[in-house]
Amino acid sequence: MIKKIFAMIGAIALLSACETASQKVVSGTAATSSSSGSGSTSGSSSSSVDKKQSLFAESKQSAAEKLIAVGDRVLFDYDSAALDSSAKILLDAQSRFLRVNSDLNFIIEGHCDERGTREYNLALGEQRATAVRDYLVIQGIDPDRIKVISYGKERPAVVGSNNMAWSKNRRAVTVIE
Amino acid sequence: MTKTLNQILFNILALTFCLYINDVNADDIRIKINSGQVEPLPVAIADFTGNEGNSNQIGRQISEVISNNLVGSGQFKAVESAAFIAPPTSPSVRPNFTDWSPLGIKALVTGSVKNINNEEIEVEFRLWDVIAETDLIGLRLTVASKAWRRVAHIISDEIFERLSGDSGYFDTRIVYVSESGPQNKRVKRLAIMDQDGENHQYLTDGSFLVLTPRFSPTSQEITYLAYFKNEPRVYIFNLETGQQELLGSFPGMTFAPRFSPSGDKIIMSLAEKGITDIYTMNLNNQEVERLTNSNSIDTSPSYSPDASKIIFNSDRGGSQQIYIMDANGKNIKRISFGEGRYATPVWAPKGELIAFTKMHKNKFYIGVMAPDGSGERLLAEGYLVEGPTWAPNGRVLMYFKQDRPVDDGKSTNVNLYKIDITGFRETRIITPSDGSDPAWSPMLPN
Repeated sequence: MIKKIFAMIGAIALLSACETASQKVVSGTAATSSSSGSGSTSGSSSSSVDKKQSLFAESKQSAAEKLIAVGDRVLFDYDSAALDSSAKILLDAQSRFLRVNSDLNFIIEGHCDERGTREYNLALGEQRATAVRDYLVIQGIDPDRIKVISYGKERPAVVGSNNMAWSKNRRAVTVIE
Repeated sequence: MTKTLNQILFNILALTFCLYINDVNADDIRIKINSGQVEPLPVAIADFTGNEGNSNQIGRQISEVISNNLVGSGQFKAVESAAFIAPPTSPSVRPNFTDWSPLGIKALVTGSVKNINNEEIEVEFRLWDVIAETDLIGLRLTVASKAWRRVAHIISDEIFERLSGDSGYFDTRIVYVSESGPQNKRVKRLAIMDQDGENHQYLTDGSFLVLTPRFSPTSQEITYLAYFKNEPRVYIFNLETGQQELLGSFPGMTFAPRFSPSGDKIIMSLAEKGITDIYTMNLNNQEVERLTNSNSIDTSPSYSPDASKIIFNSDRGGSQQIYIMDANGKNIKRISFGEGRYATPVWAPKGELIAFTKMHKNKFYIGVMAPDGSGERLLAEGYLVEGPTWAPNGRVLMYFKQDRPVDDGKSTNVNLYKIDITGFRETRIITPSDGSDPAWSPMLPN
């Protein structure tokens, strides 16, 4: 079966390489669209906009804290993306929170412990995040509010090579977008 | 406007090849590589003589690079120049072989460097059979002066090929992921270097996560996974223009990319809705083809050199194992049946073997087996070893190795290593900071 997808070739402009003694950094700056001030501040920094933004940021901040209090993450068994009963109980509470805060969108990050190959773990992390997403959708959360992303084994929550660290790293974390 | 990467990297070549091969039978001093661990062949690499200015210094440096390459292959032993009786001679001069044979030397390399102008040099070398008292091969090259290192690699390959009967692998590069910072906030950058670690350069600045770079068949492009704007997708980095292009427009994460042998397609995984399957994208017409259709994880695909087959790993049977299929996705068969999990299969350049990562009882291994799964041999092991990549002659594998981290959250070492497929001579590749996900280039185009 052949699908045709147009390649949106978003050629990322190459920033002029800054030449140093022996090492040269090429490109990259295209990606430094830093998170700070992602809202446009087109010239006239109208104070009301600033205020709105800071209020929004504040409420987002407190919502994030509340989400953590509710429980922002579920854990998984080794090489598994299955939700156990305790995970489901936590996600029930999480979905109540998400319903109340209906103006917020969020991202589910899937993660793995270090005991797998990089590419397989990227897929496994995506499975874990999707398992959480699917459960929340069944609980009535609008799928358009949810994004998933997998980090595989790239972002451990706990650094270490023991059962405790591994168990905490096999996780899916819900964060406010 | 500063120079593009291409100019920096590839501007070095305006090679005028002048290859003269003497057809004398050299079997008496040839190395038999396939007979397992061999006694290294003693060779002498005389300093290349210069004519003026810095050419003497360049000559010494070229000799040193050649010596390091040949010795590093494990198949040669370089006799210390301090032991030489005779001074270095020009390659046009027939050496006095009795000056060399008493030292046990079987092959002698002589060479010269001439400054042509401020920017160009002429490098010449000749390989001599000390026992048969004859010359075996010679080469004269005119290049930009700053390309002297590349010339040394090209000469190394010529010598290696003449004496071992196998193709060389010295005029090649490595792209890899340079790592720094604490484990939970690792900064990862694409970096590229010569096969011996020289000419190290960064390609990305670390502001976004990058993983799993792989070369195109021409070595001019690299395909890799980037978390640009926090959307993990496959990109292509063009070393000539320095541009990075997003590959296609997919609804989910694309990852695990590799070029097809002809370079006209990228094969990769797409993860969407909890399912990871294997796809190809034609780079000429952007046509996308789905090759697997399972509810499992199918990833880490790699083409056979003739592009007729694909190997990949899948958990469709319950645990992660290696499978083979036709290039159109038909006839899927499992080929790994040993203990543990099998991953990251990658086909050898000549097709006779596949290399893989194996996980068993909390240990990782790098191994090779035939494409039908027979003849498994494990070459390296560690707390974590992963991601083998082949030298273009199929005699050496590179991979990365992570020590078991100390549980203080700070110290862990991840480094690049190479090993002979005989399982001997595991050697660390020195990089400016930690390194992972290496990929060996094909032979560089002349």
